[in-house]
Amino acid sequence: MFNWIAQTVAVTALNLRTIPQRLGSSAVAVVGIAGVVIVLVSVLSIAAGFTAAMRDSGSPTRALVMRSGADSEMTSGLAGPEVDIIKQAPGLRRGDQAALASAELYVIIDLPKKSTSTAANVPMRGVEPAALTVRDEVSIVEGRALQFGTNEVIVGRGATGQFAGLGLGQTIRSGQNTWEVVGIFEADGGVAETEIWCDARVLQGAYRRGNSFQTVLARLDSSDTFDTFRDWLTSNPQLNVQVRRETEYYAQQSQALSGLIRGVGFGIAALMGIGAVFGAILTMYTAVSTRSREIATLRALGFNTTSVVVSVLVESLALAAIGGVLGGVAAYLAFNGYQTSTMNFQTFSQVAFAFSVTPQLLVMGLVYALVMGLIGGLLPAVRAARLPIPAALREL
Amino acid sequence: MKFIPLLWSSLWRKKFRTTFTLLSIFVAFLLFGLLMTIRTAFSFGVEIAGLDRLVLIHKVSLIMPLPISYQARLQATEGVTLATHNTWFGGVYQDPSNFFAQIAVDPEPFLKLYPEFKLPPEQVAAWLGDRQGAIVGADLARRFGWSVGDRIPIQGTIWQPKQGQVWDFNIVGIYDGDPGIDKTQLFFRYDYLDENRRQGEGLVGWYVVKIDDPSRAQAMGATFDEMFANSSAETKTTTEKGFVEGFAKQVGDIGAIMIAILVAVLFTMLLVAANTMAQSVRERTSEVGVLKTLGFSNTTILALVLGESVLIAVIGGSLGLLAAWAFVQQGDPTGGMLPIFMLPTRDVALGAVLIVVLGLVAGLLPALSAMQLKITDALRRA
Repeated sequence: MFNWIAQTVAVTALNLRTIPQRLGSSAVAVVGIAGVVIVLVSVLSIAAGFTAAMRDSGSPTRALVMRSGADSEMTSGLAGPEVDIIKQAPGLRRGDQAALASAELYVIIDLPKKSTSTAANVPMRGVEPAALTVRDEVSIVEGRALQFGTNEVIVGRGATGQFAGLGLGQTIRSGQNTWEVVGIFEADGGVAETEIWCDARVLQGAYRRGNSFQTVLARLDSSDTFDTFRDWLTSNPQLNVQVRRETEYYAQQSQALSGLIRGVGFGIAALMGIGAVFGAILTMYTAVSTRSREIATLRALGFNTTSVVVSVLVESLALAAIGGVLGGVAAYLAFNGYQTSTMNFQTFSQVAFAFSVTPQLLVMGLVYALVMGLIGGLLPAVRAARLPIPAALREL
Repeated sequence: MKFIPLLWSSLWRKKFRTTFTLLSIFVAFLLFGLLMTIRTAFSFGVEIAGLDRLVLIHKVSLIMPLPISYQARLQATEGVTLATHNTWFGGVYQDPSNFFAQIAVDPEPFLKLYPEFKLPPEQVAAWLGDRQGAIVGADLARRFGWSVGDRIPIQGTIWQPKQGQVWDFNIVGIYDGDPGIDKTQLFFRYDYLDENRRQGEGLVGWYVVKIDDPSRAQAMGATFDEMFANSSAETKTTTEKGFVEGFAKQVGDIGAIMIAILVAVLFTMLLVAANTMAQSVRERTSEVGVLKTLGFSNTTILALVLGESVLIAVIGGSLGLLAAWAFVQQGDPTGGMLPIFMLPTRDVALGAVLIVVLGLVAGLLPALSAMQLKITDALRRA
């Protein structure tokens, strides 16, 4: 047993030490595997970033009230009197008499996207003064909060970066309305950072919505009072609404798109992986065949066949590990934190987010690389072990 | 031609190696076909969008409605062949995940404006005769197993009916079209929507206008926008192509991502193929020497090695493209998220060119070194 280990270590060390002599074909395997890992990790980092933005938008202590049947804020509608009733519901947190709830309007306006300078659907949210207390993660990082009753707006960090004309102090013209940007806000990376916020009452006038809103976002007393809140509202005959936890709402919003990205990402990576396995097989096969005489000599000297098999596998795994690490590092350097925006089909509006190369994705990339290396090394390893010694020794 | 048997036998000199080279090239071009298909899907049919059709939307944003009174004014404008309106319905069939587009239209002008939607004449007549009638695309009908005569309930999200909670539609026709036409939509009658919705009477989503001279598209657009300037609903006019392009750009530059991945794939495969070719030529140094001794000219040697490499690329690559094509024929695997799922002929041609280029580039260095080989060196090395 000990002998076997010693043999294996000796042959493996020999293999690894001689890699530099086969630099060309080894580099091909490394580059091939690195390429697959880059593609896998970067495509999945899009889905991870998008999902993270959506997940960070919701809080379990907030509930979103929409008209029943509406599938997004965009399609919902609530009349003024309904909103007043909703604010009476039990389970809702109250501060200084007033309920911590913000009745909101959600519309989109056309603004040019910086990267393409074509029009994009930028979400604009009309909020009530309570909005900033309801969403306690929101903080003004530049300028000041908007003054209610005026045409002032505050703009999310993501929106300023992605769309033209949203800098502090700039004026937005949209149809016959003009809006003045007085502040920039952050919201822990959530989708609110893609939005423009203004006074709901002013937006009602600008969009001829009368005294109507689209949603009510309410701060719950605690996460546990959600059921009380929901049941009171849904059983109220004066109302026809649905109540969802904000976290659930955003999770459902991101499902379709991140599912699609993941599907495409895994599909491409699987196919590319097969291609890279073939590349690895060719490389290891070349490595074995150029040394068939050495391998035969070793075996003629009495080295164990399994030692030879293990040594070939280890070499292949080592190359794969190098490829996996290189690919992961390259993907991280190139894409982590890369800011972009896409359209969320549920609300028809833009969501800004950053690609997110998470540690899980890097580990996954490395594991995938090792699997490719293992499969790629297996066939050539068996071949090396089966090599008929006399024929191999005669070979040139 | 007479060298083909020679090429063929040198190709199979090392069966194992050739097989795996073929497989890796096969996978590369299978991926090429699929990525090009995804790229086409995310361009939302920009290739076939009409240049003689203009789209008028509300200047503030797509979601703002326009009054139906614009129809008559647009139709009366000189240079307009036909004007009609569409309204996004955005309903839910059974479950929100069953997403597909439902659009309220005025049937007669709609069908005239979009001749690419092919509907049998008796189904057209049935649609005109049934206020609750709707036509659906062939792909959509297949997805839900619908056939003509079915009655389907759809829950309104934007528009609530005056009575009840759901809207009922009778499927009176199933439209078809060439590949590349979106066959996943449901079109129903605007009059049914307008008479039965609780609010928003007399409002439409956007207008589509066919003009007689596509070269004047820009000027016509300006005319329309001027016509409605300073009204309560100002408009923004673009060509249908520009509209679809703008929409695709909102999603993000999928095309660029796909091409970046493709470059990575093809570059890797090029490395693999070139490495294998080099290896295989190196092993045959003495054979090349023998060929030269027999009187094969340098150019013939060059052509032989290049031919071998191109042959591998062509066999593997064309099989890969074929497999991609066969996969795409199965239709959209996501169940409706990628309505335009096709591999354009143009991309197949591009793939064919890339196959040959790959073969030539991979074979170039080994071929040159084989050509420059001196007979004495080659034979001595053996």
